Amino acid sequence: MENLPWIFISALLVNNFVLTYFLGLCPFLGVSNSLETSARLGLATTFVMLVTAVCAWILNTYVLVHAPYLRLICFIVVIASTVQFIEMLIKKLSPALFRAMGIFLPLITTNCAILGLAIFATNRGYGFWEGIVYALGAGIGFTLALVLLAGLREESELSNIPKLIKGTAMNLIIAGILSMAFMGFAGLFSTT
Amino acid sequence: MTVPKDTSTPSSLRLVLTLAIAGLVSGVAIIGIYESTLPTITANKARELREAVFKVLPGVSQMQALVYRDGQLVAVEKPDKDEPVVYGGYDEQAEFVGYAMPAAGPGFQDTIGILYGYQPGKKIVVGMEVLESRETPGLGDKIYKDAAFVGGFSALSVVPEIVAVKKGTKSQPNEIDAITGATISSKAVVRIINETHANWSAQLSAPGSEPQLEAKEKTGTEAEQ
Amino acid sequence: MKKNQSQEEFIKGVWRDNPVFVQVLGMCPMLAVTNSAVNAIAMGMATFFVLVGSSFLVSTFRHVIPKQVRISCFIIIIATFVTIADYTLLALVPAVHKELGAFIPLIVANCLILGRQEAFASKHPTKLAVLDAMGMASGFLLALLSLGAIREILGDGALFGVKLFGENFEPWVIMILPPGGFLTLGVILLFFNWFKFKKDEFLEDVAAAERSEG
Repeated sequence: MENLPWIFISALLVNNFVLTYFLGLCPFLGVSNSLETSARLGLATTFVMLVTAVCAWILNTYVLVHAPYLRLICFIVVIASTVQFIEMLIKKLSPALFRAMGIFLPLITTNCAILGLAIFATNRGYGFWEGIVYALGAGIGFTLALVLLAGLREESELSNIPKLIKGTAMNLIIAGILSMAFMGFAGLFSTT
Repeated sequence: MTVPKDTSTPSSLRLVLTLAIAGLVSGVAIIGIYESTLPTITANKARELREAVFKVLPGVSQMQALVYRDGQLVAVEKPDKDEPVVYGGYDEQAEFVGYAMPAAGPGFQDTIGILYGYQPGKKIVVGMEVLESRETPGLGDKIYKDAAFVGGFSALSVVPEIVAVKKGTKSQPNEIDAITGATISSKAVVRIINETHANWSAQLSAPGSEPQLEAKEKTGTEAEQ
Repeated sequence: MKKNQSQEEFIKGVWRDNPVFVQVLGMCPMLAVTNSAVNAIAMGMATFFVLVGSSFLVSTFRHVIPKQVRISCFIIIIATFVTIADYTLLALVPAVHKELGAFIPLIVANCLILGRQEAFASKHPTKLAVLDAMGMASGFLLALLSLGAIREILGDGALFGVKLFGENFEPWVIMILPPGGFLTLGVILLFFNWFKFKKDEFLEDVAAAERSEG
């Protein structure tokens, strides 16, 4: 139905998960004060998204056909388990990274972006490869938005910002402008 | 058996049991709500579909789903999941009027989903209804808000294929005026119809030999997915 | 005394500890569904139902749920209520359900709900927990409604679908698009900050005056 490049670019730029669908805002506003943490969180999230997309497809195809109402609970269990698993993996492979990431790893579980990914992919009836491409696009798009905001915030740390606007208010306005910029990507893939 | 409050670690059995009971109760509640809302939801969906089909095929008062199996179109009560389906529209006398064909594809912003009516005898599109669209409000959403554009589909030839032209320059029976300011969305709709038509044209029955309307009981309560 | 505390628990969620404007929780669905006042109300009420229902159950069973699995239990309870809300909306108001789309199941990931269970409902008696939940949910609903109303009025020239301005009003379309959501909330938070600073200044002045007099 839809071709893979379109799915990828759409999730990455045109319908960016953070800036267009408002998903993943908690980490977006909360974690983006450090460029490095943002990049790491973005990568971890992308990985969880990939695993979730595959599991969601497996669930949808084989299990949920018989019990569609269990979809939500199954997705959440999958996401929570994946995050738990990744936590253990990182702890084992690189304790330093684990310490550096701290609280942010478990927070991926409540990241609406991942659940949103699973639900969107289900609603659009994506197959196996479409799901993977979608997850890649969404995850990288999420990382992109996070890194952009983090970069801007780090720069602005050194400037004189009026007390009134400092903090979340400013971040939201910056996000609004970023979102407007990303709107320019619409029509990127039109073939006519 | 009393356990000190702070330092106790409940046995694994207790943990598992709590989760299991929670899961069980939750499952029962969910199944309950699902079963009780199912009739209403199914009826709603069926009604929406009927309304859309009747809108794109003027003169139609009955319909049935058609799928392509074993080399020809057959009528089915309930298509398989993922099986491409078109809808046959019939009038009061159960005479075949046309096909209502679902189509979808990328638009300007996101996927556009439409249903269009097609009369194979004259090879014309007779109606178009946008089912799903996330196009830009005020611009792209004119594909369903602009009466002139939607009306342009009421007798549109598909030979050799539909072409969207600049507004006001329509001259051929297979041309339709695009919407000023929403060229990409308009062209997307046209492209979607052309593509879907190309996919289906080999599978549609020869004009005059379309599947008859089958008498059926009221739609059963099977879940539509 | 009890009555005052009950009132206190309810009111605090509406203004002082408003989940959106003060605690900055529940953002994700917040911005996505507030492109019109009707959608905002629908989402607010769905969240109300889920929050109050979950708080009720969590608080009632708080002594029975072992600490180790409490988060999982909370999530199961919340997900159940969300699924119920989802199917109920689909059956009763399919048009609204279509507008809200995937954001109804996403109520599960709303940090506000899980946060409330963890911070309050699991530690307080049922009655207080329910009041707290109702207060928070009302605050959430009000926040959603104000955001939705502003965006709809500016972006569509209408409120609840009723056109307010005449034919010549050129809608500020960006308001009902994603950037509008970010900007509106940012500006509202700006006002909250301004209000807070003014209040702090005022209190400081009062305190300084008292010190110099006394």
